[in-house]
Amino acid sequence: MQDTTSIRKNLFLIFASFLLISSSLQASDEVNVYSYRQEFLVKPLFDIFTKRTGIKVNVIFAKKGMAERLAREGKYSPADILLTTDISRLIELHDRDLLQAYSSKTLLDVIPSQYRATDNTWYALTTRVRNIYSAKRLGAININYEDLADTKYKGRICTRSGKHSYNIALVASMIAAHGEIETLTWLENFKVNLARKPQGNDRGQVQAIHQNLCDIALGNSYYFGKMLIDEKQKLWADSVYINFPNQNNRGAHVNISGMGMAKYAPNNDNAKALMEFLVSKDAQKLYAETNMEYPVRADVMPSDLVASWGKFKADSLSLESIAKYRKEALKLIDKAKFDL
Amino acid sequence: MVLASFGSSSDLFYHLWQTVLPDYITNTLVLGVLVVFLSLIFGTLSAAFIVHTNVLGKNFLRWLLLLPLAMPAYLVAYLYTDLFDYAGPVQRTLRGWFNWQSPSDYWFFDIRTLPGASIVISLVLFPYVYMLTRTALEQQDQNLLRAGRLLGLSAKQSFLKVALPLARPALAISASLVLMETLADFATVNYFAVNTLTTAIYDTWLGYGDLATANALASILMLIILFVVVGEQRARAGQNHQSNRPNLHIEIITLSFFQQLLISGFCWILVLAGFLLPFALLVIMAIEYSSMAQLANLVSPSLNSIEVSFYAATIATLFALLCSLYRRLSFDKWRILPSSLSGIGYAVPGTVLAMALLASFGPLDHFINDIASYLQLKEPGLVLSGTIFAVVFAFVVRFSAIANGTISSGIKQIPNSVDLAPASLGVGLGQMLKKVHLPILRPSIFVAWLLVFVESMKELSAVLLLRPFNFDTLSIQIYQLISDEMLEQGALSAILIVLLGLLPIIWLNRSKELS
Repeated sequence: MQDTTSIRKNLFLIFASFLLISSSLQASDEVNVYSYRQEFLVKPLFDIFTKRTGIKVNVIFAKKGMAERLAREGKYSPADILLTTDISRLIELHDRDLLQAYSSKTLLDVIPSQYRATDNTWYALTTRVRNIYSAKRLGAININYEDLADTKYKGRICTRSGKHSYNIALVASMIAAHGEIETLTWLENFKVNLARKPQGNDRGQVQAIHQNLCDIALGNSYYFGKMLIDEKQKLWADSVYINFPNQNNRGAHVNISGMGMAKYAPNNDNAKALMEFLVSKDAQKLYAETNMEYPVRADVMPSDLVASWGKFKADSLSLESIAKYRKEALKLIDKAKFDL
Repeated sequence: MVLASFGSSSDLFYHLWQTVLPDYITNTLVLGVLVVFLSLIFGTLSAAFIVHTNVLGKNFLRWLLLLPLAMPAYLVAYLYTDLFDYAGPVQRTLRGWFNWQSPSDYWFFDIRTLPGASIVISLVLFPYVYMLTRTALEQQDQNLLRAGRLLGLSAKQSFLKVALPLARPALAISASLVLMETLADFATVNYFAVNTLTTAIYDTWLGYGDLATANALASILMLIILFVVVGEQRARAGQNHQSNRPNLHIEIITLSFFQQLLISGFCWILVLAGFLLPFALLVIMAIEYSSMAQLANLVSPSLNSIEVSFYAATIATLFALLCSLYRRLSFDKWRILPSSLSGIGYAVPGTVLAMALLASFGPLDHFINDIASYLQLKEPGLVLSGTIFAVVFAFVVRFSAIANGTISSGIKQIPNSVDLAPASLGVGLGQMLKKVHLPILRPSIFVAWLLVFVESMKELSAVLLLRPFNFDTLSIQIYQLISDEMLEQGALSAILIVLLGLLPIIWLNRSKELS
């Protein structure tokens, strides 16, 4: 019988604890962030924000199903600010009507129009390039995304899953440039060139180049920096060149990390304060540097390391007009059985 | 969920069917069959050797074979793909030794394939089979086996023809646990670049943003599982193996030196591959990369993990006990229903389950808040979907099948005639349960609690989606680091999850030895 009393006690504790938690969420001087971005990457920034404004920042990190959670919570959602690491998530939040518009002179001034929503519901914070890494043994090369389908690279290309959001966005940008039919052919020939079934992550592909499993790999720019500062992975990074594709034509495909205000943000003013803070010069500097990305503000320089990879031309098409081909891109990837 | 799938857009379903779905379904079936098959081989063989032979180091192996249970499958998958990959240390070393330059110079098994995934997943799941089968074998009436021997069966034959069929409930329950765990897992197969139905569910939901079709696919997955589980139960219906006074004195087979070598080697390989090797890799990483600061960061996630797992284990066990007793003692036509229904939760991928919970708690929360604001009270916020209530609830739903399986296989060991005792002796039902059923069931109850606790500690996808603000668990900490390709930094959390998972296993083993 002792068991049942202790269980009863526990049940009581559960109920008591969520009453406590729920009442703690009501406190006023705070702002709640749903983040697709890792907590440790945003925490230093939030600490500064709290120090300056006295506003406490609460964070939930999750990648999968954040939009779902937000939608289900509806008007009682505690979320104020949403941070994402990819354009498609921002578009998803926008399309499901989970964001509210907010604009200020600063925001509109410092963020280039191709990297924000036309209806001011979302803004980029940093940009990253979908680079093509090439083995140093090939010598310096000038490469376009289109060349990934070139037969001269047969069996020499590595990539992570075609269905990773970074690759989907790249395929969407190909559709924007060439249309669906040509993109499908490109994907099919690209698949033939693969040295192995798409697998692992972006760094793994560079490691594979280092191991002579392939010569060419797709990868985001910041991974290059992260590998260079890692004792073990520096060896891999040292065996490749980081190339900015399509420099003689439309420019390299760029993705973003960004922010938006939740439709029912309960701490509206604090949310605005946080948004303004995140595009301020020093926040931009720190935010971009912690993940080795490019600040979205043109007047803030990337870290020395990132800057050392050289200037590049970015695809000037607005991200909205690229991201609208997302679903078509995914369908084409399925059709080409890219991952299978 | 099934309701929601009726609104599914047939366009997308058609597209998937035309392109990748047939491959996904084939992969799912092959993976399920291979993992169940391998787990059964690993689990029953090791259980048989431990119970029926004098295999060397038997007393150690008895519980060492349980250790892989404490290893989260996603962790082992990450470690093994890393280890046996082309770029991994094993192949690198081989290339160094033999001066091979490229993949065309030699053959090495590809870890990122269906067989690779099946082997690694079986290595961490076989202890379910081992544990339940071992318990079943130990509690078998040895007179039946002896009868078999007297009738001219060899030791091997009597095991295959008598002991194994007698242990069928345990085999079936553990095999279905293994199957469900395999099919519901996304993170693990993802590391192996193996696309299954679960991949399709995630693609349609997160990629195409089509929840309805995702639900339809999830329903297919659950139908497959339901079909297998019900089919097995049907085939077993009406069979009843019990002895009133079982003879538990097990005759131990003495092994020759060669057999000894082979059999203990087999058991040690399982322990090594399923636990010792991955654990050693983690320890090496921890030594290379860890700092005191990381140690301090472990405290609150650990407490959070323990807290939710404790609640989940306690509630799930209690619930399973009630279901099993109801099923046993009631004469209601539908008495099987609660325990069967609760079993389905295990087959649902954590994320899908979390979605379903949000879908049901969300409106309830809205209702509570609407009432509060109507009464002009302070709105309580999302008390159900925004607190650990949702997390605990998800764990209970997901892991009730384990608790149920364990307790119901325990309850089958109690002869039915015992149930008639109260009538004949004039003792009340409550007295009978307290004096007879519960004491006999105590080991099963304990195992059930423990399994749910360990599983909850490891659970990732549901807690990722349902947790309240600033609430990290160990599994989330590991996931965050793995997803940023920095498991090294999370090695300490991983070790802690494994150790916490070990504690109950050791404790369980001790209490068993004592009783």
